[in-house]
Amino acid sequence: MGKVIDIFKARWVGSVLDSHENYGDETILVKREDLFFILQFAKEDLDLHFDLLMDVCGVDYLGQTPRFEVVYHLYSVSKNHRIRIKVRVPEEDCWVPSCVSLWRAADWFERETWDMVGIRFEGHPNLKRVLLFEEFQGHPLRKDYPINKRQKIPEPLEQP
Amino acid sequence: MASVVENNFLTTKLSEVVAWGRKFSLWPMPFGTACCAIEFMGAVDSVFDISRFGAELVRFSPRQSDLLLVLGTINYKQAPVLKKIYQQMCEPKWVVAVGACATCGGFYDNYSVLQGIDEVIPVDVYVPGCPPRPEAILMAVVKLQEKITREATQTSVGATGRSPLHKKSA
Amino acid sequence: MKTTGDLKTKPMYLNIGPNHPAMHGTLRVLVEIDGETIVSSIAEMGYLHRGFEKHCEHGTYTQVIPYTDRLNYISPLMNNVGFCMAVEKLIGCEIPERVQTIRLIICELSRITDHLVCIGTNVVDIGALTNFWYYFNAREKIYDFIEKICGARLTTNYTRIGGLMRDFHSGAAPELRAIMKEVFRATKEVRTLLEKNKIFIDRTAGVAPFTGEEAKDLGFTGPCLRAAGVPYDVRKAQPYMGYETYDFDIPIGESGDTYDRFLVRFEEINQSCRLIEQALDRLKPGPIMTNDRRVALPPKSEVYTNIEALMNHFKLIFEGVRPPPGEVYSATEAANGELGFYIVSDGSTNPYRVKCRPPCFPLYAAYPLMINGGMIADAIAVLGSINIIAGELDR
Repeated sequence: MGKVIDIFKARWVGSVLDSHENYGDETILVKREDLFFILQFAKEDLDLHFDLLMDVCGVDYLGQTPRFEVVYHLYSVSKNHRIRIKVRVPEEDCWVPSCVSLWRAADWFERETWDMVGIRFEGHPNLKRVLLFEEFQGHPLRKDYPINKRQKIPEPLEQP
Repeated sequence: MASVVENNFLTTKLSEVVAWGRKFSLWPMPFGTACCAIEFMGAVDSVFDISRFGAELVRFSPRQSDLLLVLGTINYKQAPVLKKIYQQMCEPKWVVAVGACATCGGFYDNYSVLQGIDEVIPVDVYVPGCPPRPEAILMAVVKLQEKITREATQTSVGATGRSPLHKKSA
Repeated sequence: MKTTGDLKTKPMYLNIGPNHPAMHGTLRVLVEIDGETIVSSIAEMGYLHRGFEKHCEHGTYTQVIPYTDRLNYISPLMNNVGFCMAVEKLIGCEIPERVQTIRLIICELSRITDHLVCIGTNVVDIGALTNFWYYFNAREKIYDFIEKICGARLTTNYTRIGGLMRDFHSGAAPELRAIMKEVFRATKEVRTLLEKNKIFIDRTAGVAPFTGEEAKDLGFTGPCLRAAGVPYDVRKAQPYMGYETYDFDIPIGESGDTYDRFLVRFEEINQSCRLIEQALDRLKPGPIMTNDRRVALPPKSEVYTNIEALMNHFKLIFEGVRPPPGEVYSATEAANGELGFYIVSDGSTNPYRVKCRPPCFPLYAAYPLMINGGMIADAIAVLGSINIIAGELDR
């Protein structure tokens, strides 16, 4: 075990800030500057071959700095292994590079993360809200958004 | 000859005949969004059989139906769509809010869910349950039929003037 | 002489949904059409967003389970199991064998109901109404069984962290075997009607095909990925709940088109029946809740006599389970694909973050790619074959 993490650590010496294998899930925490290249390496390296992007999501650690964390879950069908890649994002500079050019599946996952948590994905072709209505203000999965703060009901567009 | 003529006549009030026609030939339009729509499918299938009550002819167009069954959670994104569909229906029309989410938001008390569809459209019958059993949906149809009979004596039937929430723009 | 090629045409913009009979109530597609052919399209969702993830943060772990019922409301038992497995992975408690077997049975039963609904209702969109009645009669029998085990037809809330809510009733095994026979018979009838039916094949064969590489790039999992020829099933690749000890096959398609997606589902129903028969043979009496006191309520005799047991009982009822701080991702093979739960715990009784990875999210994201270049009627057939459940898609 830990084979996947070792490959990352060997190739990206300064970029892997932390890693663990708690509960059987191999996880690495990386620097934002190298994130795109690490994801590209994860996809293209022959020993890793992570061809299926399972999930992209954001977590709000209110009270910590950096505040947000973007979490990528990858899976390799041929090698049958998984990895979780995390990157920390500060609140005042809230962006990560988009990986739509690596996996097209990332498109809507990144839109949802923008919609719910408010993290921008630089290089995304169409970063608009996907789950909530367009006029919604704010990002509901942030910890400082109260759960039942309602907004104005949108009106129908034109007369029937 | 006279006895045959006598037995072939039926005297009643016009409003009762109209109500009889309306209630036993409701054409439902299922505005199904979530789990309650599955229970409605159960009400339509051959085990529970909504066609016993005359409401079999499910029409998916608001222009061709008179009963709007709102089945499932309506959230803020869907609310203008629901209002528009309701406005597109012709008089007389009735609305049944099926399930806890359509009635009052259910257990989704949050930023995205409408706390009851009566925030946007007037409702005739509320069906509690999460989801209500198909028998409960059939009971709602029966209750609506009773309501139509009662309303038969009123001059204005249907949505107009029924509820203070309803705006005259429809 | 003027021909149709000389006609000047403008593309037309059509809005399909969100209230549309074939759109399952909550999907919206804006298409640009040239005649009947779709030139380009935009898919929109979110019409059933109910704030599942936000609600998870505001209740205890056990209070999340009813919310998971309403994710994929056609197969709620599988979602319950998926979530409880993720929390149990975090806590690290041991699950008794009877619980594993029963969970396997209910997961496969849910898979059967999901495929019955997928085929039954989505083939109605193509125009074949009869199968709906056959399959729904079989589903009503399954519903009767589910009602006996947990009290509700649809929103089951059956599993608990560490075990199950209740044991099977006596007579459950013969009843299930009778249901399997009924399902098998209904599937045989429907397959006879559909599989070699020229109209069905014309409508679905060759429509929206995918290669394995394209499907993986787009994030597909489940029947849609297997129809494209990629043999990935979480039950075989990373088995859980004892799946490695059962004998079953994974149907793999060839061309990844709509026809293959339907056929894969037919075959999966048969495989699920096979799994249930094997599991029923192995069902042995035993406890339905773990012994781990961090999770399970202590026995009543101890609660009334022993102060520690009383305090334990009190804490578990009022506060719920308290997993250690950490994060976990747990994947199960739901009917539509890989259902993943990513749970972040800060050591308190409320989850800090729960992310549900819905299997139909990448499928619907790829929907515009599937329908561009085809006709509107094909778009409806494709939507049926990918089986979007809005509760899961929008959460």
